[in-house]
Amino acid sequence: MEINSTKNVIKVAIGVCIVCAVLVSTAAVALKPLQKKNKKLEKLKNILYVADLLEKGKNIEEIFKEKIQPAIIELETGKKLSKENYTKILNPDNFNIKKLPHNPNLSIKIPKGMDIAGIKRKSRYMIVYFVKQEGKIKKIILPVYGLGLWSTMYGLLALDDDLKTVSAFTFYEHGETPGLGGEVDNPRWKNLWKGKIVFDKNWKLKIEIIKGKVNATKKDSKYKIDGLSGATITTRGVNNLVRFWLGESGYGTFLKKLREDGVAG
Amino acid sequence: MLVKIKRTLLDPVFNNNPITFQVLGICSALAVTSKLETAIVMSIAVIFVVSFSNLSVSLIRDYIPTSIRIIVEMTIIASFVIIADQLIKAFFFEISKQLSVYVGLIITNCIILGRAEAFALKNPPLQSFIDGIGNGIGYTLILIVLAFFRELFGAGKLLGYTILPLNTEGGWFIPNGLLLLPASAFFLIGFIIWIIRTFKKEQVEED
Repeated sequence: MEINSTKNVIKVAIGVCIVCAVLVSTAAVALKPLQKKNKKLEKLKNILYVADLLEKGKNIEEIFKEKIQPAIIELETGKKLSKENYTKILNPDNFNIKKLPHNPNLSIKIPKGMDIAGIKRKSRYMIVYFVKQEGKIKKIILPVYGLGLWSTMYGLLALDDDLKTVSAFTFYEHGETPGLGGEVDNPRWKNLWKGKIVFDKNWKLKIEIIKGKVNATKKDSKYKIDGLSGATITTRGVNNLVRFWLGESGYGTFLKKLREDGVAG
Repeated sequence: MLVKIKRTLLDPVFNNNPITFQVLGICSALAVTSKLETAIVMSIAVIFVVSFSNLSVSLIRDYIPTSIRIIVEMTIIASFVIIADQLIKAFFFEISKQLSVYVGLIITNCIILGRAEAFALKNPPLQSFIDGIGNGIGYTLILIVLAFFRELFGAGKLLGYTILPLNTEGGWFIPNGLLLLPASAFFLIGFIIWIIRTFKKEQVEED
């Protein structure tokens, strides 16, 4: 048979397509459960890391189940969504912080002047995690995100039960320049956040990243964090996203309600 | 026969290296070499894709009509790239996050289509497979050299372990931040080509 005949062209094209399609879909379907599990474990691991509960050799899912209590809150009212009102999208297992801002029914546009984190839209609901110890709530973990230099940075901020002392802060996903903006992953810098105070006596938002080093002898040093040298825009992004999420458009109302009702409630 | 196989395997590593001699696949060589770990995983993925696409193209080389040969080659290459990507996501999850889109972009790596066109279409399966491995190793060699220098002098680490303690963490080593940016790989590749062509004069192109 002539190799360049139309018949052969069609035959070879269809044959190659079928074989390749079968190979690709087999690989995709067979590996999907593993990939899903990886993604879920990764998420739990990040939460446990920021809660300071990661222990080597212990099952991540078990620690999570025992010590972490997720809750979905409405940002505007600060109220927790009760379990009966969970839907397919709005439940702790499926809550997708990246997809929700694109859901027209569940998100709102952020007015231009307010959008300091550069995220354009925000979900009306967010997920938060309470860290329990002997039945009492010890910490609360708030997911935060916003624009850096190249990428949207996704992080977790843990506050102590006084609702103003930072217990830990970490980014679990970002695409900043390694060695410069990527230093947000540097454990030394992350440690600077520990013990800093985000609100002052009158619950005014005070936390701020400054250029250069914080003068530790000054009175307001507990509200300030060293900037990263060589990463001005990333640093500004971190500053803005923390201030956005702790402010009125973020978890402000929720945190206020939590203060008034008591952390345990 | 054995001598021929050995030549097919080793020629692309030293004499006919895809990056330094053919100057192909530069794009990914810039993107994934800021760390040794990502460079190694990327190299394994490329060896896998180039060898198996060469093998598959060679197996059906007598049936591929010339008019659609590039599309057929691309389809085969793309399939192997997706399979490699899925495998990395399932078994090397941490690294897959760092490699992000670059595994998918192996499809556009000229080395692979270049080998399918130049070698696999004209040679029997076994030789094509070995040529694929050889070219993959040639690519790997350069990637690892680049990543070694970039991670060591850019971040003071190798495979994530601190080798040269950084001044920002109480050590003495002042890292060269430029090495962590993609442009530095250009300089390093330039130096490597310069060194190779100083010793292998026959690689120098004539004006």
